[in-house]
Amino acid sequence: MTAREEMLAAMRRNAPRETPRPDLARLGVKFADPAAKFAESLQGVGGTCLRVPDLAVAGRAVAELPVRQAAKKVVSLVPEVEPGNLDLAAVKAPRELEGLDLTVLRGELAVAENGAVWVDAQLLPHRAIFVIAEHLVLVVDAAGVVNDLHEAYARLAGRPAAYGLFISGPSKTADIEQALVIGAQGARSCTVLLVG
Amino acid sequence: MSAPPSATGELERTVDHAAAAARFVADDAKAHWHDQALWWVRKKRDAASAAVPDWEALRDAAAGLKAHTLSRLGDYLDEFARNAEARGAHVHFARDAAEHNAIVHGILQERGITRLVKSKSMLTEECHLNPYLEARGVTVTDTDLGERIVQLRHEPPSHIVLPAIHLKKEEIGELFHRELGTAEGASDPKVLTEAARQHLRQRFLEAEAGLTGVNFAIAETGGVVVCTNEGNADMGSTLPRVHIACMGVEKLVPRREDLAVFLRLLARSATGQPVTTYTTHFHGPRPDGELHIVVVDNGRSRQLADPVFRRSLSCIRCGACMNTCPVFRRSGGYSYGYIVPGPIGSILGPARDPAGHRTLPFASSLCGSCSDVCPVRIDLHHELWAWRKELVKRGLLPWRKRAAMKLAGAVLRFAWLYRLAGWVARRLVPALPRRLAYGRWNAWGRQRELPPMPRQTFRQLYRSHRDRS
Amino acid sequence: MLTVGLFIPCYIEQLYPEVGLATVRVLERHGVRVEYPEDQTCCGQPMSNTGCTEEARPLAEKFLRLFRGYEHVVAPSGSCVSMVRNHYDGFLAGQPGFDHLKRSTWELCEFLVDVLKLPRLEGAFPHKVGLHQSCHGLRELRLGSGSERRVAPFNKVQLLLSELRGLQLVELARQDECCGFGGTFAVQEEAVSCMMGRDRLADHERAGAEIVTGVDMSCLMHLDGLIRRERRPLQVLHVAQLLDRAEAAA
Repeated sequence: MTAREEMLAAMRRNAPRETPRPDLARLGVKFADPAAKFAESLQGVGGTCLRVPDLAVAGRAVAELPVRQAAKKVVSLVPEVEPGNLDLAAVKAPRELEGLDLTVLRGELAVAENGAVWVDAQLLPHRAIFVIAEHLVLVVDAAGVVNDLHEAYARLAGRPAAYGLFISGPSKTADIEQALVIGAQGARSCTVLLVG
Repeated sequence: MSAPPSATGELERTVDHAAAAARFVADDAKAHWHDQALWWVRKKRDAASAAVPDWEALRDAAAGLKAHTLSRLGDYLDEFARNAEARGAHVHFARDAAEHNAIVHGILQERGITRLVKSKSMLTEECHLNPYLEARGVTVTDTDLGERIVQLRHEPPSHIVLPAIHLKKEEIGELFHRELGTAEGASDPKVLTEAARQHLRQRFLEAEAGLTGVNFAIAETGGVVVCTNEGNADMGSTLPRVHIACMGVEKLVPRREDLAVFLRLLARSATGQPVTTYTTHFHGPRPDGELHIVVVDNGRSRQLADPVFRRSLSCIRCGACMNTCPVFRRSGGYSYGYIVPGPIGSILGPARDPAGHRTLPFASSLCGSCSDVCPVRIDLHHELWAWRKELVKRGLLPWRKRAAMKLAGAVLRFAWLYRLAGWVARRLVPALPRRLAYGRWNAWGRQRELPPMPRQTFRQLYRSHRDRS
Repeated sequence: MLTVGLFIPCYIEQLYPEVGLATVRVLERHGVRVEYPEDQTCCGQPMSNTGCTEEARPLAEKFLRLFRGYEHVVAPSGSCVSMVRNHYDGFLAGQPGFDHLKRSTWELCEFLVDVLKLPRLEGAFPHKVGLHQSCHGLRELRLGSGSERRVAPFNKVQLLLSELRGLQLVELARQDECCGFGGTFAVQEEAVSCMMGRDRLADHERAGAEIVTGVDMSCLMHLDGLIRRERRPLQVLHVAQLLDRAEAAA
């Protein structure tokens, strides 16, 4: 028998009598103003939420960000908001992205209860761009705000499972004496533009 | 400070928790500092859970989902493996730690890879992967800040979520001065974290493969989910071309929607955050890369057969039981001498090596706080108790304790004998010279006075009370 | 008249008889007739707790024999009641009378609140009191909601204490941390046990308590051992004694 067959057989042999799957339908939390709660949650995890009425204003907001003004290398996959100045087609290996100052990406969902934004990253030209950049800007449609993770996964259920992630604020650590330090290995700041 | 177990973690040696704990407690200031640091995390967990109105319902759901998954683990594992392969991942099966290490090394060797970056994985600690690979010429860099710190000190983690919680910033400052060239005396966590960022960035850029643990594996989609705050798993899985994800079989969840339950509980229980910064879902490799998933049994299917101890397979490694445990907080992770310390480790350790870890189930006052913070409702303190019974059955209780209990059991069976023994003790102890009453035999009396030895028992008082009324 | 079987744990019978007597007086004051089966010794917890199941079994059987005839059994100890209620199944499941015994064995405060439906306590106790929530009472009997769980807050012992005139309950920084007694843990892990005990006492002292009370004399015995050795300005008093003195003073 292969290891696979042996392990599967052992697990089937040793499993207890089947217990039913619990019902998850009643779980969840609802907020009076999910967008406001999202902004509050994001702030709590060290990020910043900017509410803007449309993409044009979003573009001006990004242009005014100090991290944008200080940035030399900028990757943007949201050209309506930020043109960017780095041609990803010219980047062959992801390690050439070292030194990237800012990445602007679309987020699909914004989760009120925890400040997380779902980024569908399957089609990113290089997966590393969200984490190797010094700073991160996420642009999310206000219609993408959900109350909690149950709602978030319900929204994702319609789509094929792919490479994607929730990002909740900037990279951080508290491994030295429990002191919170922003900017461990990934982005040092995370700004979410909630549009509409 | 008690000495850490060797990084290779010999399982054969017997751990004496009480002795190691006494050494930890002897440095009163540091033991209190350790206690306060972890209590602070416990308080953050309290606040985070209080903000979730359906917290207890979530715990019920998590416990129910885990129980259900374990009852069909073979089916879900099969489903997961098929789906993962359909998405282009290579799924490897390892019956034990040796097979796991050989598989990982094989993947690296075939591709001529000698530089590996790793994010946190308690499974690879369990399998002692790092020394195995290093002995075969692979440079392994742990990239979680806490893990990098203990790796540079040649120590294992002292806590599963907070690997360097036992160290003061000054100690880390000295270490970084020596190893990373930071300024002498620099101990500001910000400065040290920045130095680690620069150092680790180089390692990420040079690495040819990235290894991560797995927090959850989804049967329905064949995906694996990895949670970190630092982004180190994301750096390690997006920069090198090869990603190896190692998981114990118990990491399975049936459906993608089940993640909502566990993710709402995990970080809140672990550190008091609403969710980790990065929660990355991997489905298949990137277009130009490889994804290898190594699925490990290493005793888990055996544990599944045990009606009492199978529940500890539900553990999602949040560490909340350690942060709340009044014994862990005051004895430190190394006093347990097992890769996973604290209440959950005191169940998992003896399961792996009952004789070597026989003191661990007794390293608890059975206060039950662990069971009440556990996000998946493992009845940890009852399992510790069950382990004590198991150790007695296997003849692993120290003979003195065994004899004392046999004697007590015999005396207490007969009311007259019990009364006689009580009478003798109550008369004898007060008559003894203090030197004798508080001699070496008396562990109670080392720091505490003995209870008063009254002339009369309750039975006598009760009789006169009854006669009066 | 309601008659209860009185269960007095071994160490209370031998070392703290006044706690037992206070229990009798409190119950009688509230119209309960108390019977004390004299053949009782110990519930078996020390043995069972150490894993020595076979040494505990005869004691569980003895307990059932002595107490199965009572409508209710009451004891001034959370830990020993938990032994009967939560851990006798392994010995006695299926035996005649066990289901009833398990359901109707009560810790004193619990009995007052749940069975006597919180009778009015006419009493005064003008002191600053710290409540030590012993773990088995709290987490095994659920005498209180506990700081870990997210359920509607309640506390049966506090409910009784709040009835007493002049009693001021102090607020602890860690409201329900273990004192470190833990049965044989107190000697096996002596160093950690004593550190835990001292930390509990320091919390009560900081909060301004004069008296530390609780439902388990075993925890209080451990704390008292430290208090007397270190001559700390605190006193321990079992909740039965506290209630008895308060009611007697009224």
